[in-house]
Amino acid sequence: MVSTSSTTGTEDIYAGASETTDGKVFTVSGQDWDEIAAGLGEQGGDAQERVVVNMGPQHPSTHGVLRLILELDGESVTEARCGIGYLHTGIEKNMEYRSWVQGVTFCTRMDYLSPFFNEATYCLGVERLLDIEDAIPEKANVMRVLLMELNRLSSHLVCIATGGMEIGALTVMTIGFRERELVLDLFELITGLRMNHGFIRPGGVAQDLPPGALDEIRGFVALMKKRLPEYAALCNANPIFKARLEGVGHLDLEGCLALGVTGPVLRSTGYPWDLRKTSPYCGYETYDFDVQTWDTSDSYGRFRLRLNEMWESLKIIEQAADRLAKMEGEPVMVADKKIAWPSQLAIGSDGMGNSLDHIRHIMGESMEALIHHFKLVTEGFRVPAGQAYVPIESPRGELGAHVVSDGGTRPFRAHFRDPSFNNLQAMGVMSEGGMLSDVVVAIASLDPVMGGVDR
Amino acid sequence: MTDDKSKDGVDRTGKSEVPDEVGKPVAEKEVVEPKPAVQQPAVDQSPENVPAPTGEVRPVGERRGMFGVSGTGDTSGYGGLVAPVVLPGAAQRPYGPSTGSGGAGWFDVVADGLDPLIESVVIHRGEITFHIARENLVAAVKLLRDEPSLRFELCAGVNGVHYPEDAGRELHAVYSFLSMTYNRRIRVEVSVPDADPHLPSICSVYPAVDWHERETYDMFGLIFDGHPALTRILMPDDWPGHPQRKDYPLGGIPVEYKGGTIPPPDQRRSYT
Repeated sequence: MVSTSSTTGTEDIYAGASETTDGKVFTVSGQDWDEIAAGLGEQGGDAQERVVVNMGPQHPSTHGVLRLILELDGESVTEARCGIGYLHTGIEKNMEYRSWVQGVTFCTRMDYLSPFFNEATYCLGVERLLDIEDAIPEKANVMRVLLMELNRLSSHLVCIATGGMEIGALTVMTIGFRERELVLDLFELITGLRMNHGFIRPGGVAQDLPPGALDEIRGFVALMKKRLPEYAALCNANPIFKARLEGVGHLDLEGCLALGVTGPVLRSTGYPWDLRKTSPYCGYETYDFDVQTWDTSDSYGRFRLRLNEMWESLKIIEQAADRLAKMEGEPVMVADKKIAWPSQLAIGSDGMGNSLDHIRHIMGESMEALIHHFKLVTEGFRVPAGQAYVPIESPRGELGAHVVSDGGTRPFRAHFRDPSFNNLQAMGVMSEGGMLSDVVVAIASLDPVMGGVDR
Repeated sequence: MTDDKSKDGVDRTGKSEVPDEVGKPVAEKEVVEPKPAVQQPAVDQSPENVPAPTGEVRPVGERRGMFGVSGTGDTSGYGGLVAPVVLPGAAQRPYGPSTGSGGAGWFDVVADGLDPLIESVVIHRGEITFHIARENLVAAVKLLRDEPSLRFELCAGVNGVHYPEDAGRELHAVYSFLSMTYNRRIRVEVSVPDADPHLPSICSVYPAVDWHERETYDMFGLIFDGHPALTRILMPDDWPGHPQRKDYPLGGIPVEYKGGTIPPPDQRRSYT
């Protein structure tokens, strides 16, 4: 650690003031506000009234590398702007240089809190272009629904947890991450990874459920039914929690539609818009669940809404688990051998790896199988030219992949309409005119994930 | 059969010929007549579309060879194959029974509402795309939003697609609109030439596209006239070039590991 105080006085080499063409700029890194107050006093005029504060991009309360530029009048925010792009990784560009299947590996990393949704919307788009939407095995669809709803749980848990942390409710954070860990354990059991799964593939899913997974899922659902009331007991009527959230980050239905805001924020205005109901995919129309709404259009309503949505997700998970119990041994990948990934995974003595049976088959028994495997893995399959957009209801709203093919083995263009990116536009409307301390509450209720915003 | 073959070995009929290495008589090859190798079946495969007459199909690129490789010796004889890349063709009225929950025949209802402003309509895989000239874009989206029979309340955003070989229409801006009232979803596509990448901003009609237009400008260099602050959004302000264009390399640095060198992703052997 570098010591910032020295014997020469209070000079701080990291936090000082400098003159620029736009006026005096103070760099703040700790408890040196008195210096700023004194410095502003010297300026006189407008500077005493109006301060522009740059918050982030490295700031624990801004949900990742989000930069906020706030113009303050005292403690009121008069103007709020976002600076994004700090996590831009060029995933869409990279996808154009990999095969259609490899695209899953990339897009799962965009919105890292809801990887299954990224994979699902991309795969649904590719499947529509391939015209195999009706050929996806039932078991693959049920597994997709199961994984997406588990993922909705884990994503909402993080939203509530970090939202709590940002207003100082650290217990909400610890219990939120405690339950999320259980979901991640289930992911690890089913896919082998806690995040960045690459599990949902064009044509189905990568592999079948491992033995014992359904018991684990049922145990988890039973546990969650005990744990979710704890959140309600801790927060719902908590006067401090309510005082911080109620009436904060207000955005009504008109504002939501004008700004293209979807998901819990839209539903917190009382409008039951949920793509799982309005344009069902993966067989959502066959599950029994309700679209949750709230009518306060504020952060508190969104918190309660997410809590209620977790109950609905549990309902869907139970139904999916019941269906999977009757589907043992059914295929999880489309029957078309020109599309289905040839390799199979198996658990070996050293963990998950290539199935030795499959390797024996292609290396020792069938030359054609080897050629087929090689062609499909290196070159990939061709997708007929055209474009498709199959949006799904992610935990944050409408998530869709605009997939364009020129008939080749790689995406010609894959663009993700990420709800975090779109919804973050509403940050200004939701926080201008409010208090500085309410800005982070408003942003937390939008639940932006910067991996999805910047892609 | 050999008459069709031009001098450079390119078979213009779309059929390809295996080089006759063992010197068998040509007639015997009838039994192993290769199938049309790499064609774009999209036009044929979309039953909603009446196939456009020959000559009206506008290729947006071409594909060479059969195995997708380039820069390596292809001794199979298929290397000379040239197939056009053709996107799904324009549909003819009536647009038929529409799928989904938007009501029977809603493709025609939306098309009626927009009628004089439409350039062409493509229906592919149950999704409808309206191609609209840039002069008509703002009028069209105003109609989409305000007309009681259309009511597209939500614009899901815009993004670009770069077709470098689609002469005069290299840059496409693709919008997605959603009518929550009628539960309909359409796509609107505007094509502009690379030399004049201007199109009007629809930010005044749908404020939701603010950031989406900035991103499209950032990534493709499409200039949305009338946007309140068309600046870069994901790339740094002083970044040169527009990364999502096809002429912009993926870049990257070679990976070195234990003495072996792996080239950057865009320079590796690949299959298109």
